[in-house]
Amino acid sequence: MPLLYHNNNSISNVTSFAQVPSGSPVLLSTATASGSASISFTSGIDSTYDSYVFKFINIHPATDNVSFTFNMSTDGGSNYNVVKTTTSFPANHEENDGAYNFGYQDFDLAQSTSYQILARLVGTETDDNVSGSMTLFNPSSTTFVKHFISTTNNVLSISPPYSEEMFIAGYGNTTSAINAIRFQMSSGNIDAGTIKMYGIKA
Amino acid sequence: MALTKLNNKAVANVTSIPVALGDMVFISSATASSSASIEFSLGNYKEYKFFFVNMHPSVDGAEFQFNLSTDSGSNYNVVKTSSAFNVMHGEDGNNGSLNYDANADLAQSTADQPISGSPRIGNGNDESASGTLTLFNPSSTTYVKHFVSSFNCVFLLDRSINAFVGGYANTTSPITNIRFKMLSGNIDAGKILMFGIN
Repeated sequence: MPLLYHNNNSISNVTSFAQVPSGSPVLLSTATASGSASISFTSGIDSTYDSYVFKFINIHPATDNVSFTFNMSTDGGSNYNVVKTTTSFPANHEENDGAYNFGYQDFDLAQSTSYQILARLVGTETDDNVSGSMTLFNPSSTTFVKHFISTTNNVLSISPPYSEEMFIAGYGNTTSAINAIRFQMSSGNIDAGTIKMYGIKA
Repeated sequence: MALTKLNNKAVANVTSIPVALGDMVFISSATASSSASIEFSLGNYKEYKFFFVNMHPSVDGAEFQFNLSTDSGSNYNVVKTSSAFNVMHGEDGNNGSLNYDANADLAQSTADQPISGSPRIGNGNDESASGTLTLFNPSSTTYVKHFVSSFNCVFLLDRSINAFVGGYANTTSPITNIRFKMLSGNIDAGKILMFGIN
């Protein structure tokens, strides 16, 4: 197929570049919140990719002291209620160097369809936000449970504030294919922030 | 900037194209099928990142592990010192805990390095381990070779295990190959993707 050379100097129908690697990661979708009740990715999660990486960039809530959470769907986003078993532990440190904490804390789930906390006590101060990433492995499998691993960092909305790194991992305990994922605050809207979804494949 | 169309039909001055370039380049992948081990040759990338997708053991209670070679895969016996910890939680809501994993660390040992943690992977049909491993600058002739990994797996007692391992291969010889295997039995199924980062 020949190159199409448009008047605006763009080109299309380019299927490969000799010097461009064919592998991933591939940016599949970007969603930017603006007073959004949730951010959902309901397309692009399929067997094309072996794994998906989500990047959370400056997620800022509309309501103070809420959690940033996610859930998954096996029916294209009609229901976000996949059974999950998960683990959780934070490491945090006070801004005034007064205290630090490290250890298991029960932001986990045990065979629950609830939304999974990825970060807690997210504040609404102008500069407060949570950022991080999560990898979801082989969501389209119809054989295996669906592993995920997430790390976020957050400004805890308490006085004095803490920096908190939260480690969450677990599995969607289903052999049905996951085909949609939703992120939302435990209460109120996502005031601002960006979530990028990348696909990982050979 | 306008496109420049050269005589040899190449196109220059393209500032964006509809694929992600990034710095992470796919190099190779391997899919296990009752495989005793999976090996990769390494080159000169500053960093290698491996994605492990649903590593499923043939034997119930296996550990997924790796070792390194400095002689093109003839021997996998590089000396390593490492640390390991895991966090677990049962499907029944019990056993939520964060633990140093003394059964998964190494001290100047040539043994294989467990990276799924010592709590072992079940081999129920839907059970597996998935995660990532990053190996830094394996071709260096100056420095030891650091690695960090994070895995999630279904423990054979129906617990979710998130295992963390970090350490270094204590050699200044270039690492030429890496091998993955189970502690016992085969890798019944699973896929490993290797990326290079410069």
